[in-house]
Amino acid sequence: MLIINCPWCGDRPEIEFRYGGEAHIARPADPATLSDEEWAEFLYNRTNPKGRHAERWRHIHGCGRFFNAVRDTVSDFFVATYKPGEPRPDLKETQP
Amino acid sequence: MLDISRRPLPPAASPLDALAGAAKAVPAASLRALPASARLAFRGGERAAGLAGIAFGVELPREACRFNTASGKLALWLGPDEWVLLAPGLDPAPLFEGIEASLGSEPHALVDISSRSVGIELSGARAAFVLNQGCPLDLSTAAFPVGMCTRTIFAKSEIVLIRTAPDAFQIDVWRSFAAYVWGLLEEARREFE
Ligand SMILES: [Zn+2]
Repeated sequence: MLIINCPWCGDRPEIEFRYGGEAHIARPADPATLSDEEWAEFLYNRTNPKGRHAERWRHIHGCGRFFNAVRDTVSDFFVATYKPGEPRPDLKETQP
Repeated sequence: MLDISRRPLPPAASPLDALAGAAKAVPAASLRALPASARLAFRGGERAAGLAGIAFGVELPREACRFNTASGKLALWLGPDEWVLLAPGLDPAPLFEGIEASLGSEPHALVDISSRSVGIELSGARAAFVLNQGCPLDLSTAAFPVGMCTRTIFAKSEIVLIRTAPDAFQIDVWRSFAAYVWGLLEEARREFE
């Protein structure tokens, strides 16, 4: 079973968690000023990288918190997890 | 108009009454349906948590996945701003009012969830082994020591798991899932009959 490190609870089995989509997507401050294309870009278009992806997870069957994780979409390896509000960690040196 | 405000609710029967009555004695993994308990869900910041702990009589733990206990009452950490206060055998109403009064205008949420779940005690030398038939956590005392509690999964049900002794666990499960969890625990401990 995949082990995910909750920033509050520590290492826990993956079935306690739910995926929450890509992280660090800021809602536009004033949506009324956006064109339809810009609004659609915010709503639907994601980076979908092959490799490291910053994404939101929720420890729903644990502490209930949302947090962010950097996961490799090829190997499914969790490179890092961090609390909401913290910047995406610079992980150039750490290699799984 | 029908006045229902003064009619006290009859105490709800436990969904485990019939099952617990028919349970075999298995000392290696003993199952017991716990008596009714007051349960309060509390959410709030640091200051509110401090005040609530004083009013409840048990300090709310700030360390993740730990509980504090005093005079039979337990304060369980469930999240960084979320606790469950357990008081076995006590009436929730005066506890609720006492905590509410002590908090004044301090922002918080306090909800009486006494009837939402029921308690099960699993104890004996093989208690952790039996729990692991449905719970994927590492239940060694190194990873899950006495004094630890957490929300987790047992098979397809969410539970709150509390370790009260090296070979004793308390499980809090939503009442509609209680018979399901009890049945799976019964099945898991059959090899120790
Ligand atoms: Zn957690």
